[in-house]
This record gives sequence, C-alpha cells and structure tokens, in this order.
Amino acid sequence: MNKSVYASPDQVSETKRHILTVLVDNEPGVLARVIGMFSGRGYNIDSLNVAEVSNDENISRITIVTHGTSEVVNQIEKQLLRIVPVHSVTNLDQEGSSVEAEVALIYIYISDTNKKKVYQLCDLYRARKIENENNTTIFEIAGASERVNRFIKEINEITKVEIVRSGPVAISSIQKN
Amino acid sequence: MNNEITGAEIVLKSLAEQGVEVVFGYPGGAVLPIYDTLFKQNSIKHVLVRQEGGAIHAAEGYARSTGKTGVVLVTSGPGATNVVTGLTDAMMDSVPIVCITGQVPQHLIGSDAFQECDTTGITRPCTKHNYLVKDVNKLSSVFHEAFTIAQNGRPGPVLIDIPKDVQFASGTYEEKNKIIIPSHRLFEPSPDFEKNKIEEAVELISKAKRPIFYIGGGCINSGPKASKLVREFINMVGSPVTMTLMGLGVVGSSDKNSLGMLGMHGMYEANMAMHECDVMINIGARFDDRVTGRLDAFSPNSKKIHIDIDESNINKTINVDVPIIGDVKQVVEKMISIWKDKKYKIDTDSLKLWWDKINKWKEVDCLNYNNKGKQIKPQYAVQRLYELTKNTKTFITTEVGQHQMWAAQFYKFEEPNRWLTSGGLGTMGYGFPAAIGAQVGHPDALVVDIAGDASILMNIQEMSTAVQYRLPVKIFILNNEYMGMVRQWQELLHGGRYSESYTDSLPDFVKLAESYKAVGLRAKTTDELDDVITQMIETKNTVIADIWVTKEENCFPMIQSGSAHNEMMLSKDQKQDKKSAEKGKILV
Repeated sequence: MNKSVYASPDQVSETKRHILTVLVDNEPGVLARVIGMFSGRGYNIDSLNVAEVSNDENISRITIVTHGTSEVVNQIEKQLLRIVPVHSVTNLDQEGSSVEAEVALIYIYISDTNKKKVYQLCDLYRARKIENENNTTIFEIAGASERVNRFIKEINEITKVEIVRSGPVAISSIQKN
Repeated sequence: MNNEITGAEIVLKSLAEQGVEVVFGYPGGAVLPIYDTLFKQNSIKHVLVRQEGGAIHAAEGYARSTGKTGVVLVTSGPGATNVVTGLTDAMMDSVPIVCITGQVPQHLIGSDAFQECDTTGITRPCTKHNYLVKDVNKLSSVFHEAFTIAQNGRPGPVLIDIPKDVQFASGTYEEKNKIIIPSHRLFEPSPDFEKNKIEEAVELISKAKRPIFYIGGGCINSGPKASKLVREFINMVGSPVTMTLMGLGVVGSSDKNSLGMLGMHGMYEANMAMHECDVMINIGARFDDRVTGRLDAFSPNSKKIHIDIDESNINKTINVDVPIIGDVKQVVEKMISIWKDKKYKIDTDSLKLWWDKINKWKEVDCLNYNNKGKQIKPQYAVQRLYELTKNTKTFITTEVGQHQMWAAQFYKFEEPNRWLTSGGLGTMGYGFPAAIGAQVGHPDALVVDIAGDASILMNIQEMSTAVQYRLPVKIFILNNEYMGMVRQWQELLHGGRYSESYTDSLPDFVKLAESYKAVGLRAKTTDELDDVITQMIETKNTVIADIWVTKEENCFPMIQSGSAHNEMMLSKDQKQDKKSAEKGKILV
C-alpha cells in the first residue's frame, strides 16, 4: 500500500531490503528519470549504481538497493516500467537467488603499533593493497556488502580509516532456489 | 544537400504529417524560427492565447473533445514554466498532448542565459516523456515518436525542447513510416492479452448476486467504440453502473442501469451500491481517493475486477482479485464474446433483489435541495441550463470547485467526450481555455464553461483569445462571491472561520465581457434565469452569463474525507462523527 493518509492500516507486510536491476536506454536524463520517480513518490534509495553494459546497443544497467514492504516494492517496479527508456526491471530477491558484490576503497593510517593487526585483518578478508605512501595505505576490498561491512567494522576498531563504497551490484544466481 | 530543410521546417512538416490542424501557442525569442515558418504556410492554424497556461488547457480541451492530440507551442523560460500546470493536469487526466518549447541556443545552455530554464528537468515528472533535441537530424524521428508516445497506452503529455540553433540548422526529414520505435518504449499488450484473466473475470460476473460496474475515464480514452461496448456489456449483464467524474458520458445518464456519479459528491445510491456489492467491475478507473473514501472500509465484501491499461494502477491503493492489463475496448469486446459463447446469464432473482435495494436508496433523493424563493440556487441554474441545452450538441467544461460538482450532478451526459473537467489535478482556470479548445475543434457546437466566480478569474485573459477567433464560447458563472468549496470545507471542518475565501471587489462581469467586445448577461432572480440562458445560447458571440446564486449553498451529498461510502452526509444537519471528522481534517 502507499503511504497516503488514506492508506488502510491492515495488510501491511514486512519491510525488507530489495535489489532492483533496471535495464535502460543509455540516453541523457535517464538516471534523473529513475531517481526522480523515487524521490517524487517518496520511495527509498539505499544505494544506486549505474554503468553501460553493452557498447553496441547503448544499454545501461542501474542497480538500486531499496527497502520497503512487498506492496511498495511492487509499485516501484511498475512505476519504473512506465518510464519510456526503461527496458526491464528485475527484483533480485535478497536471499539465495542472486549474487551481489560491491567494492570499497579504504584509506588506512598505519602506525608501528597497529601495522601487524591491520595486515593480518586485510589478509583475512583478502583486501588488496593498491597504494602505499608514508603512513597511509589504500586497500581495496570486494565482495558481498555484509563482508565489506564486517571488514570495515573490524578495521575501525584498530585504526582511523576513510572509506568510499560503490554500493552493491547484483545479478541473478545460476543456482535458483 | 538538396533535400535538407531547416529544423523549424522539420517541425512544421512533422506536425503536418501527424495530421495536426491546429496549434495553441504564444511566440517568444527562442521559438521565432518556428513562428516564421508557421507564417509561411497555410495548412496548420495557430491560435494565439494570452498566457501559455491558457494554451495548454485549450489543447487539452481540444484533445478531449476531438480524440486527437493537442499541440502547444511556447517559448523558453517563462513560456515553458507557464505550461507546467497544464502538463501536470494532462498527466493526471491522461490527455494526449505534444508540447513544443523553444530553448536558448546550445552554446548558451547552462550559462543562465536570458529566458533560459532547465525545461526538461522541470517537466520530467509532469510528462510521460520529454526530449531536448540537440541534433537537427533527429528532430523528425523525435516528433513521430513523441506523437506515438502521447497517444499510446495510457495517453499523456510529451514535451519537445528545441534549442534555437537547432531550429535554424539544416537537416533531413524522415517520414513517419520510416521510424521504428523500439517496443519497450511503448505499451503493447501481448497477443493473447490476459485471456485467462478475462475468462475468470467473466465467470465471476456471471455468478454475481450484487454486481456493479465502476466506470472511469479510461473508457473515454479508449475511444467511442469502448463506450458502445461497455454499454452493450452492461446491458447484457443487467447490472447497475456508476461512473467517476472522468467517466461521465460513457453510459448515458438516462440509461436505466445508470446510478450516476460516485465518490465524494457522488450519488447516495451509487456509493451505497459500491459499498454493498459482491462483485465490482472497475473499467478504466484508478480507485482515486475522491472515489474510495476511507480505504479500510472500501467495499469490504466484494470481489474486485480491475481493467486498466496502466499496470501501475493495479493494487496501487486497493488490492483487487482479478487484474486485467489492457485497452478497454479490446478487453470488453473479449468479455462480450465469452459471455455469449458460454451463454452466461446472471441469476435474475438475486439481481432483482439487488435492484430493489438500490431503488430504496434512490428514494433518499440525495440531490434534493430547497428550491424556494426568488434567489437562484446554483443547482437550479445547472438544471435549467441542462433543460435548455439538452437538444443541442453541447460540450460542457468546468473550472474546479462547487460549481464543478453541481455540474457533474445536475447536467446529464448522454455521450462520451462532451464533458471536460480537471479531475485529477483539480486545476482552477482549466474550464475557460478548455472551452476555447473544444470550440476550435467543434466550431458549430455549443460550448459552455460552467464556472465559479473565483476560478474564472484565473484565466480570464483568454476572453481576448475567444473574441479574436470569433469563438462563441459561453461562460456560465455561478457567482456566489466565495471560493465556494473552500468556504464549504471551512464551514464543515474549521468552525466557520472563512479565512480568505470571500472575494471582495469582484469585477462587474457584464462590463468585463463588454470591455472585451463580448456580450455580458446577468440573472439575479429565478425569473430572469431562463431568459438569460436562452439569450446566451442564441448569441453568436462570446458570452459571459453572470448568474447570482445563493451565497452559502453547500454541495451535498458528501463523503467527508476519512469517511466511508456508507457514511454519506446528505445535509449540513447531519454531522460526521467526531473521531472520523478529526481524522479527516488532515486529509485533502
């Protein structure tokens, strides 16, 4: 149900995280149309990712992480399909049926006291060192958002860091459940 | 190259190929090349309005009365921002519009140039689609796609923004049939469109004991054939039918099955029937909040069938049992053939009981009003207007407010496309320019804008347009010196504190008409009313008829916001219970 004051209080299902993957014509303004629909109708965007995925056909894929009840997310999908340059909208269920990954780049300030711990942790999470200068190292970590979250939490306990994250991209899994 | 023409010429050629006969617009710096080309040709007529807002409502009136696409041509900056209300109106009421806006030359875009604005940015949420055309060679394909998108599926407004340098540049024209529009950019029903669902729906209808058809504007957008089929199917079923504000005319008012309009100011019997039905067949309506009232008490015991061309309307506010995505005429045609093939027949005993119940509700006589004295009641004015125009081909437009609801309640529509009103957006100032557009499309018909004294002032400048083009539009003002609907809500919900809803210093509407070289008439008492209406109809000129009506008349029946269909207020004396009144106050 929408969140209008006319909305009925019953039948409100549980709010869940959903990953939507939207194929669009790669034309000017298409991203604005998509995000404008979200803000205009009061839906949430937790993260958003967009990149061209086919050179010849000029098609981009937008990955949107949102949260809402199944009614809201259902309505989001239909509203997205009304946008003229949108080809298709797929709701990748969060659990099981899709594979997701994101990238984070992390500036880590290293000192003699924390050096050992930092490298151990980075090894454990297979974070890759990209640059190293004086007391600062840039690591890259890729993988499921939860794994990145855990890594960030643990590294934060050791030392000061600065983070940039891409937000997840996802694709449907080969093994459907 | 020899076959190259200018961008401005491509614009005109595209319009001509699309069969456009008339453009409503207003010139300005960034569209001068197009106006220059317009000057050099004779196939497309241009109607010069007095403010761009008038142009787009006129195009809406033209589109809705003719079934064609309305075309608007305005300049950049303020020209474009002035059409935003009309674009939103057309978006809400699904009116096919192509709006052409000029833009500053490309090298100035982004420099805060004179009369520059981000037109495509501003209009993105209020158009079905919009374009900024940077390449003159793409201009014709953009135009052909724009017309297709405006008319396809659920119709709506499309805007094309053309920088001035593109209008001057030379390029090639491509014909309509050479343009291929990728299917994902259009609504295309699958070939066996929802066949199973339609069968399921028809079976459900055949088993109904208390069916009701709930008809919306989608039936009108689907074309005159849709209305014919809908009437035919309803007759076969023998079911009562109610229409939304936008659906009036799909089934004639005099049809024995018609219960009239439903919703906030709809008929008591229609709303009660919606509340108590066991099968609801929604054809081309969208469960708008003016119709449903309180959602948790909306038709609690019915199975609901919903036919809509726009999938996003399905389960948006009301969950339905059988959704069917498709065009009304195709779906209903299929329904009729299934009904015939399977020799379905509804249980006549139950249907008779249902009609008996409905006839009891009708006895409430919900539109009854106290019509005593010399003062003209607004309801009576509309009734007389109907009686005196019913044998003429008449188009009625309205502004927004009490007069709009009285027009919907008391004017009887027998055909689709004769009733033009701003339903979704509720745009005061819509009716008069829309009447101009309808008159342009139907030069010989009678076109009457039933207006309020406040609404008419929102686009009164179009008097000049009506007179310039000799358009004999009639403005029938129900003048109570109030913003009547605002006053009514203040009376019912805000303790009678009439904050800013009284209009002091209204113009003398008779003199106002005369100042534009139109005809002004006035009726102050019931004795004068018929004469004024007759004179208005017979005058071959633009007319303002200023009808002085009772000042504090309220529009009833009414479902107050936050109430349900079976909690209709029939008069002022019947108060809403306090709890739902408080809840309703925060609603619109």
